[in-house]
Amino acid sequence: MALTWRPARLLERHAQTATARTLVLSVPGWAGHLPGQHVDVRLTADDGYQAVRSYSLAAPTNGERIELGVQSVPDGEVSLYLADALPVGADVEVRGPLGNWFVWRPAQTEPALLVAGGSGVVPLAAMIGAHRRVRSRSPLHLLYSVRAPEDVWYRSLLTDDDPSLDVSIIHTRKAPPGSDRLPGRITAADLAGPAARLKPTSPVYVCGPTAFVEVVGDLLTGMGLDPATIRTERFG
Amino acid sequence: MTSFSPGFQGRGRRLADRLPPGQYPTESFPVLSAGPTPKVPTDSWAFTVTTELGATHSWTWDQMMALPQQETVQDIHCVTRWSKFDTRWRGVPLDAFLEDVETAADFAVVSSYGGYTTNMPLEDLLDGKAWIVHTYDDFPLSPEHGGPARLLVPHLYFWKSAKWVHGLRLTPEDEPGFWESVGYHNYGDPCREQRNWGD
Repeated sequence: MALTWRPARLLERHAQTATARTLVLSVPGWAGHLPGQHVDVRLTADDGYQAVRSYSLAAPTNGERIELGVQSVPDGEVSLYLADALPVGADVEVRGPLGNWFVWRPAQTEPALLVAGGSGVVPLAAMIGAHRRVRSRSPLHLLYSVRAPEDVWYRSLLTDDDPSLDVSIIHTRKAPPGSDRLPGRITAADLAGPAARLKPTSPVYVCGPTAFVEVVGDLLTGMGLDPATIRTERFG
Repeated sequence: MTSFSPGFQGRGRRLADRLPPGQYPTESFPVLSAGPTPKVPTDSWAFTVTTELGATHSWTWDQMMALPQQETVQDIHCVTRWSKFDTRWRGVPLDAFLEDVETAADFAVVSSYGGYTTNMPLEDLLDGKAWIVHTYDDFPLSPEHGGPARLLVPHLYFWKSAKWVHGLRLTPEDEPGFWESVGYHNYGDPCREQRNWGD
């Protein structure tokens, strides 16, 4: 079945950090999606010029309502508009869902490890949301690397009482007071604990900037994880 | 007036003539891979062509490097919508690997270290349209971009240009590869915007 462009109306916009936003959109005819998938978003200027970029879906499927995670970047032709200029009640166009590989399916029962660098947390948040919605008891561990405490997205999702979700936050530049880990980039020591709780076939999902994903992929394969169990999504 | 994205100005118009539909130009070189990056030493690298009858032809790294080399400058187009102009590569045209191979096959499945596969008609790999490249911008191709060697098929979306290339299997029937099996278009022509199934 061909994917078509569909109008998508901005219902709400929430700040996640100083520069990151959640956009809640209504997409008539949306047929649903899997956690981890993304959409293309198309903007059209008055002279007909169009620009398209991909954004990860930040929440599990929910009728015609979708949530996108948008990190505005200084020169971002599309992200700056979506983060701050698109009026609530106005339409863009979306096409999707896209990506049938970097997905977590609610039927999966083995423990899974999610590793996020910065805004790479977006598709992983959809997985956590789906996992919670089906009350999955399969253990999920999120290892989330951010520069500083104020860069954490999805605070309530990550701190809500959920016995089958473990969250470890790694601060690369500035740790919160009382933290027993010095600020610094992710290391094998950060991954060893969560990796030890995986089964040989457990999936690992790694999403973030290219350099982050390369480092994490090398660390995990260096620990002996089967590369075939590691799924990656890179940006930048 | 458009009914979409009120107030959006956009800044990408200057290169519109050179871009396939729905693409935007980038100066960087984004990396997209489905899994971790395999590290393949050149001293154990091999490229093997397997015919539909099972005959094999293999080249070691040194044998591949001893073949006539070409430099080529190409625009590349990723299905995730970035395009990069004037990328400069060095490598061996696929014609050199296939000229002594007897085959009646019409299709090829390219395979990579790490297990990735992608498929295309054999004719898309011939007549100077595709290369195995090992050098990008005068530097050895880095692992995250597919080094030590990748396929380069610039007239198709870039997922067809398999990183960490390891083999090519000639097949009488078309056999969908990795992305082609999970939703990407079987052929992937950027000019016709063949991104996904049904496009």
